[in-house]
Amino acid sequence: MTSKGKHNCEKDENACQRLCCTKIENFNVSVGKTQILKDVNIHIHCGELTAVIGANGAGKSTLLKAILGEVAHTGSLKYFDAKGARSGHPCIGYVPQYLNFDLSTPTSVLDLFMASLTNLPSWLMSSQTIRTRVTQSLEKVKAEHLIDRRLGALSGGELQRILLALALEPIPDLLLLDEPVSGIDQNGLELFYDIVSELREKFDLSIILVSHDLALVEKYADRVILLNGRVICNGTPEQVFADEQTRKTFGMPAANGQNAAKEHASARERLEL
Amino acid sequence: MLDSWYELVSALLPFQWVDHTFMKNALLAVLLATPLFGILSTMVVSSRMAFFSDSLGHGAFTGIAIGMLVGGLSPLWGIILFSIAFAVLITLIKHKSKTAPDTIIGVFASTAVALGLVIMSFGGGFNKFSSYLIGDLLSIAPLEIIMLLGVFVGVILLWLLIFNKLLIISINPSLAASRGINTLLIEILFSSALAVVVAMTIQWVGLLIINSLLVLPAAAARNITSNVRQYHFASVCFAVFSGITGLILSYYLNSATGPTIVLVASLLFFTTFALRSRFIR
Repeated sequence: MTSKGKHNCEKDENACQRLCCTKIENFNVSVGKTQILKDVNIHIHCGELTAVIGANGAGKSTLLKAILGEVAHTGSLKYFDAKGARSGHPCIGYVPQYLNFDLSTPTSVLDLFMASLTNLPSWLMSSQTIRTRVTQSLEKVKAEHLIDRRLGALSGGELQRILLALALEPIPDLLLLDEPVSGIDQNGLELFYDIVSELREKFDLSIILVSHDLALVEKYADRVILLNGRVICNGTPEQVFADEQTRKTFGMPAANGQNAAKEHASARERLEL
Repeated sequence: MLDSWYELVSALLPFQWVDHTFMKNALLAVLLATPLFGILSTMVVSSRMAFFSDSLGHGAFTGIAIGMLVGGLSPLWGIILFSIAFAVLITLIKHKSKTAPDTIIGVFASTAVALGLVIMSFGGGFNKFSSYLIGDLLSIAPLEIIMLLGVFVGVILLWLLIFNKLLIISINPSLAASRGINTLLIEILFSSALAVVVAMTIQWVGLLIINSLLVLPAAAARNITSNVRQYHFASVCFAVFSGITGLILSYYLNSATGPTIVLVASLLFFTTFALRSRFIR
């Protein structure tokens, strides 16, 4: 990311300051003859929430899929823990966009957890031990009352929290959040991000968030990456939102960048169009 | 081979319809096959594979023709082997290409049927194959029941091992992949199990309606259940109930057994559909 010629907001990217970090190095993804991601380098410190923003088709979801290993890519993904005791491929927790779910299925929250966390046949049996464990897990996201609810009977915000709880079993080195474009009310979103912030501090999580909501990004992200096939800009929210490329991408007026909130709101409206 | 079963049935069920040995055989086959349909159909429906399972019948049809052509191979083995190959190929291509799954399945199913028809027409007549279209449950032989028992045990074991993973895949494949599930392998295992069950039962149930047994039990169960245990229990109960009721009805009505079973299952579907608001909040 310190390479010349790129439009970078920050140059200090060499060391893991807190010694616990995840490095995405030289990610390249091509589908057919089209190169979707080019030389993407991202460096995430533990306890930091990094938001990835960009226009539609900028490669945001491809980046997530490449990190998950679902899309073939070149480059490496490495995790280093604080004591240097362990390094290698990070354990990844993933919160997908809930909109892609088949919600008509007769599956309860408990079933989803049991099927994900155990090898016991969830179609045949259930046990008190598992129930207790799932309840504890759901308490982390204030959703323990939803344990017997059908997935289809959950609101968008509730399902998002449940998927978060699932992604935290086991506590991952890297948490990927894929934010839906629509479908969650504002209260639900804020509750979700408050929980994410709380958990991030508690478990020192590294988080990559793909977001479409610039106001939320500004409020909760420690670091923002503007993506458009490659990393265009990388820095704190203030730096990235003040950058002319960002303003161009999201159609904000090329102003001084201090009166942010209002502009972000208008940018969000444009995004939803 | 099945003498103890015959004695058991005669002792427990003093009814006229089980007097005949072929009915005793058919009853045993129904008791082994319908729970499998009930179990497998849960994920056929949840994973939206109704069209895929339909194409398996077509694959099996071609298997019959190839089995006849090659000779030496009993038709059943021809059907089983070809059906597995057919199912694995579709699953692989579905995974590797961006083409819509229903297009891929459509291509394969029509190719398979055309190939089967061409091979069958070499001999000049289709008549000897027409029994596969409707099937004949009463023609079942003791050896085939023993094989079905083996398939029964195999599918239950497989289900114990892969169901959890299959459930996550059906809910969201990316979520499954992020949890370290080998989605391709699990889907291949599932589609192979489907292929084997279809291949085993197609000669009794018939190509035209075999798919309804892989869809109706779970479709009916979904109307009234809200977790996977209830879902399986209801689906298996519906399948077994339709099987036995259809068998008895067909005996007294003197109708074809497979279609009668399917009609009973359809009736269950429409009944549960009408009642679904009472069960699901």
